[in-house]
Amino acid sequence: MAATMTHATRREEPGQPPSVVDVVDALNGRFVGLASSVFRGQTRVVVPAGTLLPVMRLLKERGFDLLVDISCVDYLEYREPPMGMAECAGRRYGLVYLLASTVTNQRLTIRVFVDDPVADDERWPTVPSMVPLWQGADWLEREVWDLFGIRFEGHPDLRRLVMPEEFTAHPLRKDYPLQGRGERHNFPIITRENS
Amino acid sequence: MAMNGPELPENVVVSRLDELANWCRKNSLWPMPFATACCGIELMATGASKHDLARFGAEVFRFSPRQCDLMIVAGRVVMKMLPVLQRIWLQMSEPKWCISMGACASTGGVFDTYAVVQGIDRFIPVDMYVPGCPPRPEQLIQAIIDLQDKIQREGTITGREFDTAGRQARKRALVEIAAPLSVDASRNPVLQREIAAEAGSLVGR
Repeated sequence: MAATMTHATRREEPGQPPSVVDVVDALNGRFVGLASSVFRGQTRVVVPAGTLLPVMRLLKERGFDLLVDISCVDYLEYREPPMGMAECAGRRYGLVYLLASTVTNQRLTIRVFVDDPVADDERWPTVPSMVPLWQGADWLEREVWDLFGIRFEGHPDLRRLVMPEEFTAHPLRKDYPLQGRGERHNFPIITRENS
Repeated sequence: MAMNGPELPENVVVSRLDELANWCRKNSLWPMPFATACCGIELMATGASKHDLARFGAEVFRFSPRQCDLMIVAGRVVMKMLPVLQRIWLQMSEPKWCISMGACASTGGVFDTYAVVQGIDRFIPVDMYVPGCPPRPEQLIQAIIDLQDKIQREGTITGREFDTAGRQARKRALVEIAAPLSVDASRNPVLQREIAAEAGSLVGR
């Protein structure tokens, strides 16, 4: 008699991380306003900026102990919303949090859309910092602050990481020219006579 | 007296000393490898056994600028690194020479971006440029040989060739922007023009 093969409830393809359907269901059960989609086997959940910290806390409790990367996209010149994420609602910056679980090998992407503040006394958009949850967020958030100008509330030491300290602009924004604004050549000249 | 032979020019002793000093210096150039990027690998390859730079006297790659007389800038120099480069250059004692190795050190290379200095000769006096991305070790050796010829031709025992601008062949970049030695960009007319041009080209990006 042929041995029956027991199927797991989620058929895993070899080489792919396990499915995160259960995680997304848990998120949707606890919070409203989340929109999830799958693209090429990767699941992303768009989270409103107000519920970011509780969502991340829940994910950390569910075993996502590794924050792989924090990145950002500037949608200034996009004419349409990014593919499959109409919830961006025309906001300019799309933060990307890549989470992974070292135990179950699951991977999840969290997207948060923020916009430039309209109030006069605020110059940069603000997002809660993930440093209390993942220590590795320290330099990742410093890099996003340096290159995109998004402030992280609660970060212990938010300052520039890759650009020099006295640099004033945020170079990876779409309205910053590729060649810069002359900062790269603003140095004293040493000639043979004075060296 | 006529019995002593033909009249010798006055500075024959000095020029002989110059030649001797030039010969000594050119054959024992100690490089300061200022390797920031990929050209540094080719620099290491040039110093390795197959293309041996030690054959030409550049035996010792001292990493202390106080002990070197040739700075080889290999690789792109970013704006964060440029003050360091200038400090290292100032720490070297004369006579000293500089080789700008590779496209990035000479002109910024393919990286015409907000962070990469478009040629270190804007801020450091450079004697020899080596094109390439990266230049082959043979090219770097050729540059060292050419620098040796330059030292033999133009060097002096007391380093007088570094004193006057006239004796140093003026580089185009230094001629254009050398006059106002000011850190204040608002008083540097060429820098202002450059800033305006780059701001104007923002529309096309």
